[in-house]
Amino acid sequence: MMADQQDIERPAAQADTPPDWASALGSDAQTPRLAAVAEDVGFMGSALYEKGKTIHNKRINGPFRRFKWLVMLVTLTIYYATPWIRWDRGPYAPDQAVLIDLANRRFYMFDIEIWPHEFYFVAGMLIMAGIGLFLVTTAVGRAWCGYACPQTVWTDLFQHVDRFFDGDRNARIKLDKAPWTASKIARRTAKWAVYLAIAFWTGGAWIMYFADAPTLTVDFWTGNAAPVAYATVAILTGTTFWLGGFMREQVCIYMCPWPRIQTAMLDEKSLIVTYKDWRGEPRGSLKKAAKNPDQYGDCIDCNMCVAVCPTGVDIREGQQIGCITCGLCIDACDKVMKEVGRPRGLIDYATLEQCKAEAAGAPATPAWKALLRPRIFIYFSVWAAIGAGLLFALGTRTHTDLTVSPDRNPPFMLLKDGSVRNAYTLRLRNMEARPREMEVALEGMPQGAVMWTEAVSMENAAPKQVIKVPANATKLVRAYVMLPPGEAANSFRFRLTSLDEQRESDLAETTFAMPGNE
Amino acid sequence: MANKRIDQPTGTETVGHEWDGIEELNTPLPRWWLWTFYTTILFALVYVVLYPAWPMIDRATAGVLGWSSRGQLASEMSAAQAARAAVVRKIAATDIEQLPASPELMQAAIAGGAAAFKVNCVQCHGAGAAGSPGYPNLNDDDWIWGGTLSDIEYTITHGIRWESSDATRANFMPAFAGVIESAQVDALAGHVLSLSGKAKPNAAGAQLFADNCAACHGAGGEGMVAMGAPALNDAIWLYGGTAADVKRQILSPKHGVMPAWNERLDPVTIKMLAAYVHSRGGGQQAAPAVPAGEATGDVAHSPKAENDG
Repeated sequence: MMADQQDIERPAAQADTPPDWASALGSDAQTPRLAAVAEDVGFMGSALYEKGKTIHNKRINGPFRRFKWLVMLVTLTIYYATPWIRWDRGPYAPDQAVLIDLANRRFYMFDIEIWPHEFYFVAGMLIMAGIGLFLVTTAVGRAWCGYACPQTVWTDLFQHVDRFFDGDRNARIKLDKAPWTASKIARRTAKWAVYLAIAFWTGGAWIMYFADAPTLTVDFWTGNAAPVAYATVAILTGTTFWLGGFMREQVCIYMCPWPRIQTAMLDEKSLIVTYKDWRGEPRGSLKKAAKNPDQYGDCIDCNMCVAVCPTGVDIREGQQIGCITCGLCIDACDKVMKEVGRPRGLIDYATLEQCKAEAAGAPATPAWKALLRPRIFIYFSVWAAIGAGLLFALGTRTHTDLTVSPDRNPPFMLLKDGSVRNAYTLRLRNMEARPREMEVALEGMPQGAVMWTEAVSMENAAPKQVIKVPANATKLVRAYVMLPPGEAANSFRFRLTSLDEQRESDLAETTFAMPGNE
Repeated sequence: MANKRIDQPTGTETVGHEWDGIEELNTPLPRWWLWTFYTTILFALVYVVLYPAWPMIDRATAGVLGWSSRGQLASEMSAAQAARAAVVRKIAATDIEQLPASPELMQAAIAGGAAAFKVNCVQCHGAGAAGSPGYPNLNDDDWIWGGTLSDIEYTITHGIRWESSDATRANFMPAFAGVIESAQVDALAGHVLSLSGKAKPNAAGAQLFADNCAACHGAGGEGMVAMGAPALNDAIWLYGGTAADVKRQILSPKHGVMPAWNERLDPVTIKMLAAYVHSRGGGQQAAPAVPAGEATGDVAHSPKAENDG
C-alpha cells in the first residue's frame, strides 16, 4: 500500500486536477493506519507504543457536510439553551423547563415531573434510547457516530477552530512541523485559549441542568456556588479540552465501546459507507489512465477521501472501526468524480449486499431501499410500544400515594385496659405543586377501632383523620391504631383520599398484629 | 526467535513468537495510553508517601499527611457536635415539660434520644423499647414510677434501686415465703388475677390481699405511682401474668434494678432520652388508669394526663 502511494505521479496529477484539492497530494498524504503502525514498529524496533498522529482533515463541502452543520447546530443549541427555558409551575415548584433537582430528588421536564419512585420512566426512556440506537444502526448504520455523538460534534467544532487559526490541511501540517517561533507560539496560545473557552462553556452549561440556571450563574461568578459545581465545571472543562481538542478520533478507536458493539450489529444488509472497489480498482492517476485506456478503474487515487476524513481512515480498505460513517469522503469523492467527468457514488452509502449485486451487474439500488427490512419494523414496533406504554402510564398516573409500614418491634402493644395498639409509619405523597388536605381512613376494621397520629391527641382518635400534606412532598406520619378489648382484626386497609375536586385516592393494605396472631 | 514478518491480510508485523503455528500480531498501544499507565504508577508512589500504605508488623506506615480513618471520624464527629450545639443548648435551657410546646425542639430531642437509646438502653429494654419479662415495656401506658416527661427524666437520672444514688427510686416488696401458707398463696394469687378478670374472685384471697397488699397496691389493685407499686388490675404483667408467675412473685419477689444514668450521661442526653421514651406512645393513655390525684409524692407530676405524646 505504501508503495502504491509513493507511485503517484505528482506533477501529472497536479496538472490534471483542480488546485483546491490537488494540495491534498502533498508528501504528507495520510497513510493508512495499519500500514503506518507496521512502519513505525519496523523503524523503531520493538516500540512500546504507537506514535500519535494528528489528523489534519481537509475542508470539504457537500450535502453530508451541510447535514453535519445542521446536526451540530441543533444538538449544540439544545445542549446550551435548554436549561434557560422557563416553565411556569406555580409557586411551589421551580420554573426551569428541564431540571434535574438532585437535592430534592425531582426530575422536571416541561409538564412532566418525575419522582424517585417513578424512576421506571427514566429506565423506560433509557431502554428506548438503547433500542433507538439499535433501530438507527439497523437502518442507517453508524449514523449516531457520524453525526450526533457528542465526541463527534465537539471534535468537529474543534477541527473548525483549527482551520480558523491555522488554515486548511496543508497549512496545518506545515505549521505542525515548523519550529516553535514566536508566531507559532502566539497562534497555538490563541487556538488553545479558544479550545479552553469552548470547553469551559461546555462544562458550565452542564451544571445548569442541576440547579436554577440564572441563580447558579450569579452564584458561580460570585463564588457562592457549591464546591461540587466548580469541581464539575473544572472536570468537564478538562475532559472537553482534552478529548475534543487532542484525543479526538483516539476516543472512537481506543476508548469507546460503541464502535465495537456497532461493528457486531452490522451485517451485509446494513447501510454503511462503502468504496465500490469493483468500479474503482485498479486505481490509477488520470495520466496513467490516459496512457493505458481500459486498464484502470474510476479511482484516480487522489487521496481526497483520506484527506477529508475526520478520523484519518482510508475507506478504500473497507469497513473498519475507525469509520464513523460521517459521509465526508462521499462529498469529497463525488466532487472529484464530477471534476473528472465520471459518475458519482464511487464512495457511497450502500449495503454490502447492494455492492455485491452492483458488482455482478445489477442496476444500482437507491440507498433508501436498505430501510425496508423486517428487523427495522420490529425494532420500531418495540421502540414505539415502550414509548406508548410510558405515555399511557404518564397520562394515567395519580398524584397521590400512600404506603404503610407497620412497626415490627414491637409488633403490637397491649394496653392496661386490654385494648391493643399498633403503630404504623404512613407515607403520604402529594405530587401536586400545591399543599393538599388528605383524609386517611381505616377500612375493614371492626367497630370501635380508632386511629390517631402524633399530631392529634388520643382523645381525638377517630376512624379517620385529616392530614395536611405540603406541596410536592411526602409527609411521614406516625399513626396509632387501637382496637378495643374483645375485638379481633388481622388485615385491614388505610384509604387515602385527597380532599379536593380531584378526590384522588389510594389504598394501602396492611396487617393488625395482636397477641396470638403476630 | 526473532522471526518477525508482516502479516499479509492485516499489514501488521508479528511479535516474532510462534506457538504451534499460532502467531501474535504486534499492535502497540497509543502513546497516551502508556502515559496514563505511568501516571497511575506515579500516583501510587505519591499516595504511598502521603497516606497510610505499607502494612508493618503492628500497624501500617503512617503517611506524611497524618491522615487516618479514625482521625477523620473524630473530626466528623466534632463537626457534627458543633452543628448540633445550638439545638443542644436550647434543649438544655428548656424545662422538660415545656419541650412539647416547641415541636422543633421536641423533634430534635426525640431524634437525639432515639440515638442515645440505641447505645444505652436497648440492652435491657429492647431495640423497640418493648422490654421483656422483668424489664418494663416503654411503649405501653403502664408506668410504675409515673409516665410524664419529668417522671421519666427523674427515673433515668437517678435509676431504680441504684445503691450509689441517694435519690434513686426505691421500694421493697417483702417476700411472703414463710409468712403466709402455701394454700393461702393460691387463694391470694387467685384474687390478684381476678382483679383483671383472669380468675374467679375468692373471699379468702380478698381478705389476704386487704391485709397484706392493699397498703401499697391499693384496695382494688390499682397500684401506687408514688411507691412504685405496680397496678395489678390491668393487662400488663412485668414478671408474667400466669398463676405460677404471680405466686412466685408473692413468695420471693424479684426487684429490678436500673442504673442512675446521671453517673454516665449528661443532663441533656437524659432529657432527650426522656422525650424519646415519652414519644413511644406511652403517655397517651395515662388518665384512666392513673388518676392525677394519686400522682403525688416527691416527684412533681404534671396534672395534665400525658396524651399528646
